[in-house]
Amino acid sequence: MKLKYFAWVRERIGKAEETVEPPAEVRTVADLIGWLTARDDAYAYAFEKPTVIRAAIDHAHVKQDAAIIGAREIAFFPPMTGG
Amino acid sequence: MTVTATIRIQEADFDVAQEIAGLSKGRTDVGAVVSFSGICRGSEQGEPIAALTLEHYPGMAEAEISRHADEALSRWPLQGLTIIHRFGRIAPGENIVLVVTASAHRQAAFEAAEFLMDYLKTNAPFWKREESARGTNWIEARDHDDAAAARWTKS
Repeated sequence: MKLKYFAWVRERIGKAEETVEPPAEVRTVADLIGWLTARDDAYAYAFEKPTVIRAAIDHAHVKQDAAIIGAREIAFFPPMTGG
Repeated sequence: MTVTATIRIQEADFDVAQEIAGLSKGRTDVGAVVSFSGICRGSEQGEPIAALTLEHYPGMAEAEISRHADEALSRWPLQGLTIIHRFGRIAPGENIVLVVTASAHRQAAFEAAEFLMDYLKTNAPFWKREESARGTNWIEARDHDDAAAARWTKS
């Protein structure tokens, strides 16, 4: 699946997107955040306050308990400040 | 007649008067047009800023705004709807966002425009970064924007 990062989440991780293949036990958005956090310090820094992080699956907002099975694109970003 | 919203996500500026005319010119069924323009302020939290840069999520920005446009069209009897949101670097005094609603009567036009702006603030995937003498900083989301959006939730 493709992952995309925006705003300060993108800056902290140091890339705008990447393709990952998490193991089968990574079932939800929250699991995915935990799996990424364990990879290295950049992800740990980006996700240091996981409750602040918003997520979208295939261009629709989801909660962190959402299942990621079948997702093509998952995005992580801070609360939105448009308008 | 089915009303289709016009939604544009663009770097270029837009002409507010032209967009308003686009929904009302030559029509006799439109009795009210409401437009909201969001404009870049020259200060943030009392400090002067040089510019804002808006990052967005291409694809999702269009999808998310379309979902809210469809909801507005289903909740209010609108005759026309235009939403434009800019991205990129925007200087103080320049346009950021435009919502134009057209209806037979004013109440629907006012309410739909306010609903859409409240939702755009909290749900459209855009992020503002300010440039000032102190460097660049991501602008933080405000709790009162969440509260403003929540009041439109159907009970």
